Amino acid sequence: MSNGIDEKTWGELEEIAARYPQKRSGLLPMLHLVQAVEGQVTPAGIEACADILGISAAEVSGVATFYTMYKRRPVGDYHVGVCTNTLCAVMGGDAILERLKGHLDVGNDETAPSRDGDQRTVSLEHIECNAACDYAPVMMVNWEFMDTMTPESAVELVDDLRAGREVHSTRGPKICTWREAERVLAGFDDGLADEGPAAGPASLVGLNLARSKNWSAPSAETETKQEKGT
Amino acid sequence: MTDTLTPVLTDNWGDERSWTLQAYEGRGGYGAWKKALSMEPGDIIEQVKESGLRGRGGAGFPTGMKWGFIPQDNPNPKYLVVNADESEPGTCKDIPLMMANPHVLVEGVVISSYAIRANTAFIYIRGEVLHVIRRVQRAVQEAYLAGHLGKDIHGSGFDLDVVVHAGAGAYICGEETALLEGLEGRRGQPRLRPPFPAVAGLYASPTVINNVESIASVPSIVEHGAAWFASMGTEKSKGFGIFSLSGHVKNPGQFEAPLGITLRRLIDLAGGMREGHELKFWTPGGSSTPLLTEEHLDVPLDFEGVGEAGSMLGTRALQIFDETTCVVRAVLRWTEFYKHESCGKCTPCREGTWWLVQVLARLEKGEGSESDLDLLLDQCDNILGRSFCALADGAVSPIASSIQYFRDEYLAHLSHGGCPFDPAASTTFATAGAHA
Repeated sequence: MSNGIDEKTWGELEEIAARYPQKRSGLLPMLHLVQAVEGQVTPAGIEACADILGISAAEVSGVATFYTMYKRRPVGDYHVGVCTNTLCAVMGGDAILERLKGHLDVGNDETAPSRDGDQRTVSLEHIECNAACDYAPVMMVNWEFMDTMTPESAVELVDDLRAGREVHSTRGPKICTWREAERVLAGFDDGLADEGPAAGPASLVGLNLARSKNWSAPSAETETKQEKGT
Repeated sequence: MTDTLTPVLTDNWGDERSWTLQAYEGRGGYGAWKKALSMEPGDIIEQVKESGLRGRGGAGFPTGMKWGFIPQDNPNPKYLVVNADESEPGTCKDIPLMMANPHVLVEGVVISSYAIRANTAFIYIRGEVLHVIRRVQRAVQEAYLAGHLGKDIHGSGFDLDVVVHAGAGAYICGEETALLEGLEGRRGQPRLRPPFPAVAGLYASPTVINNVESIASVPSIVEHGAAWFASMGTEKSKGFGIFSLSGHVKNPGQFEAPLGITLRRLIDLAGGMREGHELKFWTPGGSSTPLLTEEHLDVPLDFEGVGEAGSMLGTRALQIFDETTCVVRAVLRWTEFYKHESCGKCTPCREGTWWLVQVLARLEKGEGSESDLDLLLDQCDNILGRSFCALADGAVSPIASSIQYFRDEYLAHLSHGGCPFDPAASTTFATAGAHA
């Protein structure tokens, strides 16, 4: 058994592989679990995945280096992403990223040095479109949405995170640590599905308008009558 | 008819705890699944064909026809794979759908699996949306407990297992064969076709891959009928779809409307352009669909209309940019994205996107010369249609279309010695404190 991967984790890795008709399909979530346990993709984690799946460590490494969510260096307790794909960049994402780089004194994909009194660490990465363009400029913290940000609210956010204050996603629960998030991505329930709203305000713009104008899809009955009429 | 909104998939998004089984069943949810169980699987495929539903992931391939391609005499298991890897820049419909209404997707999965006679289905969700993954995981769990999934569902003899699979950060996995590679635990690199996934997909077995919104549309078709669905939309683009408006409109958001609605109408519904500004350019369906301008405001947003205008309907990801936005900056950023996301398998894409960035970056800085525009177009010609998948085709779309409509703006960078725009003017916080 690999160094650093204990019996419980080994069992959970096997459990992930067993969800699939062919066990290699479990590799992506297995690597998420490795990150949850090890804080990054480690040689021990790669060996464990390879042993369980009966493939070589090189094959596992090949997969681990392809996907951007797998980290070869530790990230902070809170991994902060700023969308700088075109729409968010134009709407303010570029300005937010610049402000945060300066405020945290880091480059892209780096962890900010801890200051006296910091309870938690923060790392910063510019990210690609995260499918929340109607909330631009968008940030993510441990892959939870932080919608409609400004440079000022971004600075406040990272300071709150470092101070260990409770921070809630704008469309989700209290933000957990990066390792806890990785465990959910590996398919292990953290019981937080019922937290947060059904939808944010932008998601509801069209629906609210339809309600106020009394617009709806045709009813099936109306359609039947139309068919009879024609 | 194409002037008003038609909430179907979005209809319950404002409900209290809309994501729960209790709330969904309270509105009649899983009624379509019970109805489907009384039908022959082949009849459901026929019904979906008759409805005219076309794939909502961008390509617009007829969903029922795709299902019909599954060779039922193939001895291998059949699989349904839901493409929930929503990553196309500008596209933001499936994520809120799964967050607010995950059960309509699960109900669509079970009906669609029954129709194609699959006993295992996968929902491949991009990894970067933690709470959405929680909601879908929970919905699947609730559906098992209620007996909508599992063994001998509602005494029918039909078995279905559903696995929720989180991706790990790769735009390319939205491409269906790259997604299959990811789902098989490999690097997400597209496969050469044929064979198509319908014949040799997941584990070389017959596989249907559909977008979230396509599958989520199925319960309403089974419940209300093909004619009901086809009563919305246009002649060849039937039904409703979620239109996502983002950028410089007053109220960005999701608008569920019949296909064929125009951008003029949608901008109106979104409260107009932001105060004091006017439309400059927009994408109809994400960054991989050629840019359009104000002259296309009245184009019917259906597969044919947008195609005739020289672009593609894509995912109805309407990114709206006003006159404060530099089109060269916008296009360069998209090109950097394609370069970053190229999986590296095909040379024209891997090398071509790299070179496109070099030339565009030089132009954006006001360096280079007018002949660089011809160089760019020549590069685009040599990239388009020369790779396994459509990523590189998408990469050239914003470049070629922006040169077509905004050639002068590229030249202005040269005469100005750099970008003539103030990037601060296009931000949401351009007017002090307005959004703080």
